[in-house]
Amino acid sequence: MQCHVQDLDRLDRRLIDSYQRGLPVCTRPFHTVAERLGTSEAEVIARLERLQSLGVLSRVGPVFDHARAGASLLAAVAVPEAERDVFAELINAAPGVNHNYAREHDYNLWFVMTASDEPELEARLEALEARLGVPILRLPMLEGYHIDLSFPIPWAELERI
Amino acid sequence: MSTATPLSLEAHRSPGETDAHRRLRGLLEQGLPLTPRPWCTLAEQAGMAEEEVMACVRRWQADGMIKRLGLVVRHRRLGIQANAMVVWDVPDERVALVGRRLARETAVTLCYRRPRRLPDWPYNLFCMIHGARRERVLAELTAIVERLGLDDLEHRVLFSTHAYRQCGGRYVQEGAA
Repeated sequence: MQCHVQDLDRLDRRLIDSYQRGLPVCTRPFHTVAERLGTSEAEVIARLERLQSLGVLSRVGPVFDHARAGASLLAAVAVPEAERDVFAELINAAPGVNHNYAREHDYNLWFVMTASDEPELEARLEALEARLGVPILRLPMLEGYHIDLSFPIPWAELERI
Repeated sequence: MSTATPLSLEAHRSPGETDAHRRLRGLLEQGLPLTPRPWCTLAEQAGMAEEEVMACVRRWQADGMIKRLGLVVRHRRLGIQANAMVVWDVPDERVALVGRRLARETAVTLCYRRPRRLPDWPYNLFCMIHGARRERVLAELTAIVERLGLDDLEHRVLFSTHAYRQCGGRYVQEGAA
């Protein structure tokens, strides 16, 4: 489900634009944020609660470095398009899957498999491969040039759709 | 309070790290409590002092364990629906240079080198371009290819057509959160 950007006012947008990174690590961070944005601490907290309940924010907090927080890799399978939903459900049911997208390609399901370490990661992939009955393409990251999803939100463009 | 332990963090504790630190990392993955003194709330849950929690977070920021701290946005929810994974087959000697140049483009949100898996998969460089609409994303890509002189590189655009699961880099064990 989509949230209408029209429902987000100027303060909501400034919060999002200013604090996808750089939340201060001090005793009362939301108070500092409020001062910088010219509002009250209670207002900032209320806005964040609302944005979370709308699902616009998954959380407020740290994003850990995947590579250092455990083992993970990008995986893909090629399955019959007519049975894609069934395969996608099997993938979602497997432990460690944290993204799962359909994409326009012969490899039509793409997901991220995670585990505590490399042997567990491989074991999870092998178990899932056995369930699915199709080979899993394994594409670990070898080098990251840019790993950050905190890009600017194109508010004006979103208002036109 | 949930006692969910992020599997990965559990296994990757640094030497000398206490149980309290590990608990703190697990709690942090679930997000900050939205209270006036969130570090204090976390400190109580982790069995640490507020100052110690803040020092820990600053240290993890400094050593790169924490990449950023702030609002984690669900882009799809805002209508940023076009999510293109662009995959490139770049000669090995050029891949690092092309990767770094792509990463500097504002429209590019992620850029990784990955292994080829021949014969099925010849592409070794991946980048993501997000946007509200497909046409806009494709126009951005065309502009990037021209600007960086990449027209000789074989590439494919894989738009996502459905998100079966989208969650932002959480390593919490399934069903435990």
